[in-house]
Amino acid sequence: MSNTTTIQVRVNGVSRTEEVQPRLLLVHYLRDVLGLTGTHIGCETSLCGACTVMVDGAAVKSCTLLAVQTDGCEVETIESLATDDGLHPIQEAFWDCHGLQCGFCTPGMIMATRQLLQENPSPSEEEIRHGLEGNICRCTGYKHIVDAVKQAAEQMKAGT
Amino acid sequence: MPVSKLVGTKVKRREDPRLVQGLSHYVDDLRMADVMHAAILRSPHAHARINGINTDAARALSGVVTVLTGADIGDSVGSVPCAAANPTLRTPPHPVLAQDEVRYVGEPVAVAVAGDSYTARDALDLIEVDYEPLPAVSDLEKALQPGSPLVHSQWDSNQAFTFECGTGDMDKARAEADVIVKQKFIHQRLAPIPVETRGVVARYFPGEDELTVWSSTQIPHLLRAMLALMLNFPEHRIRIIAPEVGGGFGCKLNVYREEGLLAHLAMKLKGTVKWIEGRRENMQATIHGRGQVGTVEAAVKKDGTILGVTYDSLLDTGAYHQLLTPGMPPLTGLMISGSYKIPTLKFTSTGGFTNKVATDAYRGAGRPEATLVIERTLDLIARELDMDPVELRRKNFAQPSDFPLQVATGLAYDSGNYQAALDRALEMVGYQDLRAEQQRLREQGRYLGIGFSTYVEICAMGPSAALPAGGWESGTVRMDFTGKATVLTGVSPHGQGEETTFAQIVSDDLGVPIEDVAVLHGDTAVVPNGIGTFGSRGISVGGTAVYMATQQVREKAEAIAANVLECSTDDLEFEDGKFTVKGVPDKGITIQEVALQAHVATKLPAGMEPGLQATSVFEPSNFTFPFGTHICVVEVDTQSGEIEIKKYVAVDDCGKVINPMIVDGQVQGGIAQGLGQALLEEVVYDEDGQLVTGSLMDYAVARAEDLPQLEFDRTETPSPVNPMGVKGVGEAGTIGSTPSIVNAVVDALAPFGVKHIDLPLKPEKIWRLCQGGNK
Amino acid sequence: MIPAAFDYIVPDSLEAAAASLAEAGDNGKVMAGGHSLLPMMKLRLAQPGVVIDLKRLDSLRRIQVDGGTLRIGALVTHHQVETSSEVKDNCALLARVAGSIGDPQVRNRGTIGGSVVHGDPAADWPAALLAMGAELTLTSSGGARSMAAGDFFLGPLTTAIEASEILTGLSVAVPAAGTRAAYRKVKQKASGFAIVGIAVCLQADGDTCTDVGIGVTGLAGTPFRATAVEDQLRGKALTADNITAAAAGVADGVDALDDIHASGEFRAHLARLNTARAIQDALGG
Ligand SMILES: Cc1cc2nc3c(=O)[nH]c(=O)nc-3n(C[C@H](O)[C@H](O)[C@H](O)COP(=O)(O)OP(=O)(O)OC[C@H]3O[C@@H](n4cnc5c(N)ncnc54)[C@H](O)[C@@H]3O)c2cc1C
Ligand code: FES
Ligand code: FES
Repeated sequence: MSNTTTIQVRVNGVSRTEEVQPRLLLVHYLRDVLGLTGTHIGCETSLCGACTVMVDGAAVKSCTLLAVQTDGCEVETIESLATDDGLHPIQEAFWDCHGLQCGFCTPGMIMATRQLLQENPSPSEEEIRHGLEGNICRCTGYKHIVDAVKQAAEQMKAGT
Repeated sequence: MPVSKLVGTKVKRREDPRLVQGLSHYVDDLRMADVMHAAILRSPHAHARINGINTDAARALSGVVTVLTGADIGDSVGSVPCAAANPTLRTPPHPVLAQDEVRYVGEPVAVAVAGDSYTARDALDLIEVDYEPLPAVSDLEKALQPGSPLVHSQWDSNQAFTFECGTGDMDKARAEADVIVKQKFIHQRLAPIPVETRGVVARYFPGEDELTVWSSTQIPHLLRAMLALMLNFPEHRIRIIAPEVGGGFGCKLNVYREEGLLAHLAMKLKGTVKWIEGRRENMQATIHGRGQVGTVEAAVKKDGTILGVTYDSLLDTGAYHQLLTPGMPPLTGLMISGSYKIPTLKFTSTGGFTNKVATDAYRGAGRPEATLVIERTLDLIARELDMDPVELRRKNFAQPSDFPLQVATGLAYDSGNYQAALDRALEMVGYQDLRAEQQRLREQGRYLGIGFSTYVEICAMGPSAALPAGGWESGTVRMDFTGKATVLTGVSPHGQGEETTFAQIVSDDLGVPIEDVAVLHGDTAVVPNGIGTFGSRGISVGGTAVYMATQQVREKAEAIAANVLECSTDDLEFEDGKFTVKGVPDKGITIQEVALQAHVATKLPAGMEPGLQATSVFEPSNFTFPFGTHICVVEVDTQSGEIEIKKYVAVDDCGKVINPMIVDGQVQGGIAQGLGQALLEEVVYDEDGQLVTGSLMDYAVARAEDLPQLEFDRTETPSPVNPMGVKGVGEAGTIGSTPSIVNAVVDALAPFGVKHIDLPLKPEKIWRLCQGGNK
Repeated sequence: MIPAAFDYIVPDSLEAAAASLAEAGDNGKVMAGGHSLLPMMKLRLAQPGVVIDLKRLDSLRRIQVDGGTLRIGALVTHHQVETSSEVKDNCALLARVAGSIGDPQVRNRGTIGGSVVHGDPAADWPAALLAMGAELTLTSSGGARSMAAGDFFLGPLTTAIEASEILTGLSVAVPAAGTRAAYRKVKQKASGFAIVGIAVCLQADGDTCTDVGIGVTGLAGTPFRATAVEDQLRGKALTADNITAAAAGVADGVDALDDIHASGEFRAHLARLNTARAIQDALGG
């Protein structure tokens, strides 16, 4: 019953080849097989966004994807953002603006922000709130998250 | 006194770099060798007898280590504890796995342990349970009526306890009153929903005969004590670690079946066992908040003077008591006076067992109920007397000169200036213009409403005399050889930022850079003793302990410095981390050098112990009472029933502020949950006790778009209860916000004759209320 | 959270996919974005023995305009529809509806074909496809057929697709210049699905309605086209009174869904209210 399939995935720039059960969820593959535990699990119904990662440049909920569906894909997780030069501007902005409290939603929130700013480098407040509709934060009340996204947008525009 | 450099300023949080990179370790992130995974089979019935459980097929599944039922465990693990003291309390046995009966949907029935989580989950499908359904009761009021199905058949009713408090003669108040206002309130059940669910990893070391439990908890030390009792295993051989914790909001201020169960499994299997709660399990089996029904009666003079208030209430305890279940009504009762001088107050509560999961502390814990009742009552009175709700509040407010304020519930409020917060909020919102605007819009058939909440709450839990398991907190400050400081605190932060705020306090008072201060918490092997994080006590109780320990360290450092510099301590000045002899600025010693001396121990004053550390255990003499005014302005679409928040102003007073950024964050997060309670959130069970809101598909929490733009300000009235003058802010936003939103909506719908609406204010309810047309 | 085990097949061609599906019979499920199927499998409400992943069928991922017809492949994601200039230029309603589905992450994976076949009574696509009179194309080992959207939806999670069929795409006639459209969705606050969703596509000559299509989702177990409302509007002046009067009939004879989020009575009310409001939106926008 537990048949396996071989998949090849580039995760945070590193090629991985792995035998997995087809039913293995991407989030479990990342966390349990690769040890990338920055991607969190907050629900069972694809509604919290804590598990958000990028697959081929698009934000997805990794709890709602099979690892086998990403065979041949490029996956980026929260662990890929900071470099030797320091934090990514979005991470920096979340820190500056107190966009997190318990931090559990944060990796997903940051990945969702990344997608948002990719598509809309200068979002309005309303667009930010709308763009984060797939992510729940129970701690912050979102205001500081919105501030962080605004700051990150400014910074990233200045940086490019 | 050293000058504050960091205290009172926006210091960026030191916990954030690891969190924004996803490098922190919540329970599920811990990587351990040979870990076994547990999955729990839960009751699909609200009430049923278990006639038998067949685990053969599950045990036979390849990869399964063991499958246990309640019968297998028997009495080898004791009852889940309830710490609340109440002489009328009926405490049913609360086993880690159901024994012969299940009493709520989600009650644990069996556990499967396997080498991996997928196999453990598969095993659950192979367990066969023979249930015989029994009559269930879900509705609280029905549960307390004669003839109701009994949740626990050993008693003749579902009454779980009774409680009352208050003083004064209500009959007299009624007789003297011009008006009596009465209203029934339903405080719906809420699910706390930390984004991280619960999770436990338990590891037994057979050689050492030691048990380590990692749990997503707010109270590692209390959990250790309780587990020792449940397992009948020495407390000193148990180590509890609360690793990074992804939110709690009260629901992790508890001891759960799974903690006892996992510890038992680890000891039985002599290894490491892990269980991570799924969100649906979380909805079913983690405590719910609120769950009260009550009726208020207020006796009032025509001029608005409130003579007396009674509030008779019921608490939906659920099927079993959790740690503090019966402790919630007292918090409601004690705060029922709000920020008003009311000479007569009477509160009663009766707890009722129902076939539902237990209720217990959820952000605010009993106080939101009190605040909603009294703030709504004020508006009901204002309506009855045709008085402006602001005037009515002013009329009944306690004045600054009244503090410490003896309240008829028995409490003494520490300090307050309610009028100042209200005035500031009125100014920010532009009250007079708003009333004119409301009038103008009504003429166009648009319905604007303005709602107030001039709340006061009770924080800094608290004097030990008032809590079931100690209200003190410990703080240790230590400077090592190299002059770095380590702080050990018994509070167990999970988002509140004490790694930063406590370091601010220590850094200022010892004059060491904040980078040189480490704040350790959440590990019973590291922190000698403690109580935990809840009841907005982090800064006010835990922070005070750290503050006091810091002063002791500085005094000792001063004595060492004087000895080294060969002068008297009176001759020393301390600034920027350096002791200098007054008038001889180049004769000095840094605190780091003092720390070295303290350890080298050759130049210590006679009789002084080496080392530079102090532990303080702070026992607060009283609670603190933060307060503030929240004003909400809504427009109601009477056709769709939708509510738009046009403006929201919050002026909060939490005493002295250590880090304004963190205080703002606490208030904002609190408002989001209070708004959720007002507009969105409701745990729904059907009549048979089936949980209808069993996942986030049906239980709505606020998303970014649901929140309005918020405007904030603060007043600062220090608390006399602790040396820093801090009060606490973790729950203020939740407690203060809900009533302002409801009051605004009721105000908007006044033309429809609407006087009260129970929560949540879902569009259908609003639409129905407007169906009668504008009256 | 953990699906039951299954076999996983990734066919290279439509033919191979159809053959695999035929072979698997009732035990097989095709997977497009997986954003309806996988959530059900995670809760073990669906336990297919074989999952046939369509991800290699790139030919089903295209959006094309040929002549007066807009063709959208079954594997086109909601996000692709939302952002496609072909769609925005030729049929803005579809882009608007796509943008109202779920959240950005869901829209990145979920497909129009998967949504249509899944047949969720609270899904958004049916409203738009019914309002626009879309045609669906279905293929099996036995050949291809097409079917009007109006005939496709049969009930909650039930459609006219055969177990052996794969939806390959759908087409709509590009609306005439000057066509106005709008979509109004009342969201279920927890799940984000529609309590009711009303799509309107309308043509007017001056202020007289010359043609109109109205699709309704969320209200009933089956999404439907509000033909009675359409009939009442056609040829009439689009005054507020006429609109309200016509919209008032949208729930007549409909067995409205009833749950904790909205009673049948309220859903019917919301359908009426939002039908009128959607028509107003279309006229305004
Ligand atoms: C969090 C969340 C929120 C959502 N919110 C909304 C919302 O607001 N509105 C809304 O409309 N939807 C919503 N959805 C559903 C979403 O739009 C799904 O993507 C869509 O319903 C299914 O598309 P899919 O490609 O993911 O299909 P899949 O999940 O892959 O498949 C769904 C079903 O269709 C079958 N199927 C798929 N493609 C084909 C095909 N080409 N031929 C034959 N059979 C096929 C499958 O076998 C399966 O039975 C939401 C989903 C999630 C997870
Ligand atoms: S865990 Fe993926 S959306 Fe919640
Ligand atoms: S920071 Fe705790 S959930 Fe967002």
